[in-house]
Amino acid sequence: MKGVVFLAVIKLNSQLNSLKSMTRNFLLASLLTASVFQIKAATSLTGSGSTFAAPILQRWAFNFQKENRDITVNYQSVGSGAGIKQFSDSITDFGGSDVAMSDAEIAKVNGNVLMLPATAGTIVFAYNVPGVPDGLKLTRETYVGILLGTVKSWNDPLIAKNNPNFKLPNLPITVAVRSDGSGTTGVFTAHLDAISPEFASKVGSGKSVTWPVGVAAKGNEGVTAVIKQTPGAIGYVEFGYAENNKLTMASLQNKAGNFITPTIESGAATLASVKLPENLRAFVTDPEGANDYPIASFTWLLVKKTYTDAAKAVAVKAFVTYGLTTGQAIAPELGYITLPANVVTQVQAALATIK
Amino acid sequence: MGGNISITGLSRPLTQEYRPRPDFFRMACLLASVLTIVLLALIIGEILVRAWPAMSKFGLGFITGIQWSPNRGVFGVLPVLIGTAASSFLALLLALPLGLAIAIFLSEDFFPRPVRQVIRFVVETLAAIPSVVYGLWGIFVVIPLVQQYGAVLAAKFGFIPFLAGPAYGNSLLTAGLVLALMVLPTITAISRSSLVAVPYTLREGSYALGATRWETILRVIMPTAAPGIVASAILGFGRAMGETMAVAMLIGNSQRLSWSLLSPSNTLSALLANQFAEADGIQVSALMYAAALLVLLTLGVNIAGEVVLRHTQKATAGLR
Repeated sequence: MKGVVFLAVIKLNSQLNSLKSMTRNFLLASLLTASVFQIKAATSLTGSGSTFAAPILQRWAFNFQKENRDITVNYQSVGSGAGIKQFSDSITDFGGSDVAMSDAEIAKVNGNVLMLPATAGTIVFAYNVPGVPDGLKLTRETYVGILLGTVKSWNDPLIAKNNPNFKLPNLPITVAVRSDGSGTTGVFTAHLDAISPEFASKVGSGKSVTWPVGVAAKGNEGVTAVIKQTPGAIGYVEFGYAENNKLTMASLQNKAGNFITPTIESGAATLASVKLPENLRAFVTDPEGANDYPIASFTWLLVKKTYTDAAKAVAVKAFVTYGLTTGQAIAPELGYITLPANVVTQVQAALATIK
Repeated sequence: MGGNISITGLSRPLTQEYRPRPDFFRMACLLASVLTIVLLALIIGEILVRAWPAMSKFGLGFITGIQWSPNRGVFGVLPVLIGTAASSFLALLLALPLGLAIAIFLSEDFFPRPVRQVIRFVVETLAAIPSVVYGLWGIFVVIPLVQQYGAVLAAKFGFIPFLAGPAYGNSLLTAGLVLALMVLPTITAISRSSLVAVPYTLREGSYALGATRWETILRVIMPTAAPGIVASAILGFGRAMGETMAVAMLIGNSQRLSWSLLSPSNTLSALLANQFAEADGIQVSALMYAAALLVLLTLGVNIAGEVVLRHTQKATAGLR
């Protein structure tokens, strides 16, 4: 192949003597470049979806490509909903989603989808209350009350009862929520639905809900900005965001009655106690362990069971295996939770079935 | 002798027969114009087609409904429509006097020409700043200010419904302030050209009759330029209604109806920007319905502005 191209170059060279030298050189250069690219038969994978998982997936893509020069991986953060849509339409080779596909969505792709947990995160309550530097404890009743608007001020007796060593100011509570549809809201409201029938009837769960009180901002960044700028604000953000922006996080009461501080360890404890079913779709809306942080969720990689292009199947397997093994090491640095070993084994078993 | 010999002695005609050829340049221009119109029609058509499921399901109840809950399948945009109108109106209220004052200043010779040109350039540069940059500036500068002074206002004047507390930083007032800054260049530029288009004969006649400079400006020039100033206001209003990123970042995105300027609100464009990416099912259709309403509103306002502007130009042309 290369030889043919080379001969063509020589022949063309002689024929080009009549043209101006600049044009000739340009044509020569482009032919040579083309012949160089003939050598590599690159497989390229494209994926899109969850903005929450984007930082880690893009880092994996970058590191993976350094080690495997003949595979390019590209991930775009467009949101879980758009990610599922693009994956179903086969515009992308894999998708990322915070909320696993529903049965209807699976039916649309005729069941040709595998949902593999890739990483996980926790959602925290970040607050900005003058006089309360760290360690605010919120019971379930309290935090549902704050979100529903029944607890309106920081010196409310419900909050004071569990925080005797803080002088809580007489400041109105400003709740910061998400204005855009997001998997974070989906997971958060699913948890609230599970613990409070009142919340389920008044607000419900979903990627985009109508909050009875609060100021809505766009993205985790927007909510972070509102919390930082408003004294008396409290809002829900991903753990990674809260860590990176040095926000103070509240300790929440879990089902067992203990107040758990959000850390990588408490999140990992929650995940370790989850038993993943056959289809790997598990929603842990209200974990039961004594040390489990109450609001945690997996984020899934959507891959096809059967790829029409065999090279892509190989590439996808290699990429996901990388993420499940070497890739897990960088999860804590970016604010995600490392997948427990039993989950990794189960996912790898499912991954092996891809053709 | 005799026969067909012409004076010059040539036996064939000097000029060739004129054969009309198609005017390619004219055709290309016509094609470009038609393409633009077709594109606009296609955009509107696509929006209407996608909005049809929501239109047939919700009908006009969509426009009067108060609740927007995608997870429940309930969609109503009344608070959003009110927020759109209120934020644009507030922006106009703040920008019109300021813009008009700048336009008058730029059209009279209070200061030498170089100074006027610099000011004109600076005002027009305001239009070049991207919307998202205005949003970021608003988050870091305007929101803390509104929060601080809003709390004071709410405490003292809270009995007026428009200033009732609690005062939020992300509110209608913040969005209105930043929008005012964004429509200022539009209003200033168009008002200035209407004021400058007033013929000198009127100015000189007024001075000749003994009027002072301000009497001339207020009693003669502004009334003559009034239709152009009204057109600038309408176009500014249209621009404010369509503004997306800055408003989405500053307005607080709340569905609750409130009289107060200091509480969060929502606009059609902010709603679309926020929710479209993650929408599916009937929510997409409902958002398209909202988009159709937005297009209707902005097109309507812009057409009205253009019509008034066109009418002005005809009116002042007759004065010369």
